Amino acid sequence: MASTKPRKDAWAPWVFTAVIIILWQAICSGFTVSEFIFPSPAAVVKSLVEFAGPIADHAWQTFWTTVAGFGIGVGVGLVLGFIIGSSRFMYNALYPLMIGFNSIPKAAFVPILVVWFGIGTVPAILTAFLISFFPIVVNVATGLATLEPELEDVLRSLGAKRLDVLIKVGLPRSLPYFFASLKVAITLAFVGAVVSETVAANKGIGYLMMSAGSSMRMGLVFAGLIVISAMAMVMYVAFAMLEKRMTGWATRGMDSKL
Amino acid sequence: MLNTAETSSGDAQARVLVDFDRVDLAYDDTGGNAIEDVSLSIREGEFVAIVGPSGCGKSTFMKLVSGLKPPTQGNVVVDGREVSGPLKIVGMAFQAPTLLPWRTAMDNLMLPLEIVEPYRSTLKQKRGEYEARARSLLKTVGLEGNENKFPWELSGGMQQRASICRALIHQPKLLLLDEPFGALDAFTREELWCVLRDLWTEKRFTVVLVTHDLREAAFLADTVYVMSKRPGRILVRKEIDLPRPRDLDITYEERFTDIVLELREHIGRIRKT
Ligand SMILES: Nc1ncnc2c1ncn2[C@@H]1O[C@H](COP(=O)(O)OP(=O)(O)O)[C@@H](O)[C@H]1O
Ligand SMILES: [Mg+2]
Repeated sequence: MASTKPRKDAWAPWVFTAVIIILWQAICSGFTVSEFIFPSPAAVVKSLVEFAGPIADHAWQTFWTTVAGFGIGVGVGLVLGFIIGSSRFMYNALYPLMIGFNSIPKAAFVPILVVWFGIGTVPAILTAFLISFFPIVVNVATGLATLEPELEDVLRSLGAKRLDVLIKVGLPRSLPYFFASLKVAITLAFVGAVVSETVAANKGIGYLMMSAGSSMRMGLVFAGLIVISAMAMVMYVAFAMLEKRMTGWATRGMDSKL
Repeated sequence: MLNTAETSSGDAQARVLVDFDRVDLAYDDTGGNAIEDVSLSIREGEFVAIVGPSGCGKSTFMKLVSGLKPPTQGNVVVDGREVSGPLKIVGMAFQAPTLLPWRTAMDNLMLPLEIVEPYRSTLKQKRGEYEARARSLLKTVGLEGNENKFPWELSGGMQQRASICRALIHQPKLLLLDEPFGALDAFTREELWCVLRDLWTEKRFTVVLVTHDLREAAFLADTVYVMSKRPGRILVRKEIDLPRPRDLDITYEERFTDIVLELREHIGRIRKT
């Protein structure tokens, strides 16, 4: 059901976006809001065009920092998720630690990372990594750990080794969880990179917004905001599409039960 | 003597495949025995049904036969050897079909062959041969032409047929079925009785069928065991001496309903105590 509706309503988000932009412009022009407080869409577009070159530079910096942190997050998340999900002992030992770690606001790591690695790209990559790997771990571990007891009996009675069960059943079963976590993780990685850039970098969209803000060029600040959300959205959609491609069986299986 | 008793399955001299000698099993120290003092022997090729109230230890019995659990007391001998760990000569199927949703019916059938020797190491060379075997097995249960369908494209009854095929693909000596038809509607269930009957008639593996359907037990089995409430003991051993091949029509005959009534009386007696 859910898979047929978006086709018909695909126009809806675009229309609503247009309405919001028109409203925004109308309010800014109608009440003559100061450009220094809340720039109109026209002013934002003007800044986007005027500073297209530098914005592209900073955007590229943020993009590759994010993707690098996300990449490490995927690697570490897979390994940790596999370890936690494949043994009950590891699950009991590490899961509480992971929950504890996840409750720390990741921005709190930035000052530490700056002391260790100095201002610049490395803290941004590491913050992106720290914030993005957790959902991957949890999802992979859950996928591996939830095996129907009957299926386990069927396999064990055949003399299957633990590794057989993990490879034949655990891994394929955890794939939909894994791909579902990627789209969450990539958006979180953007958050991590930008947070780090705003306080500890001299390049990147976060830095651009911070410095533009301190010189009261609000058009440019908003331009940065738009660029970062566009990047995050594109990546989210890309990973959502990847998820659909790779794990059609999981959602189709559910459709038939609805 | 148990083994010389006259049954319709013929060969009274057949070898004993499963032998339980005064077997107890307790899951933990506190809970007491799940099954207690169970002694029985199952001949090669025999079709055994086990009936009893829910929670009496039927699935526990299956775990002992398949070697998934060691007995706390007593001896379990299967295929001439004391059981110590999973036996590769068994195939199992349960109420839930537990097919892998990312595999087609054919690939689901291949799963045991990817695990059990000697198939595991010869799968690469002999894939064609094994797939032909899977295809003919699917045909016997009426799933011809569904080889490339995914589980979600199959009805519950079709999934259960595939699940039984998966339990048989590695040609096990012993087929363990734990309430395999419990989730199906009455028509599909009776259809699958016949499917199972035909498979068994053709291949003559040994079957242990756990069920709470007394008609199912009487229609399919050579021997029915009735278990007591927890801790599960064998209360009654009843030989079903109806002639084979049995047709569904037999279930409406008096000699059949007499057997069912007798079994029901035993179950009724358990309830009261
Ligand atoms: N893994 C287990 N751990 C502890 N107790 C169990 C376990 N499995 C079953 N039991 C207990 O053993 C008894 C028999 O269970 P089971 O063999 O599943 O019964 P049945 O299949 O006849 O319904 C029940 O009382 C059940 O609670
Ligand atoms: Mg049971």
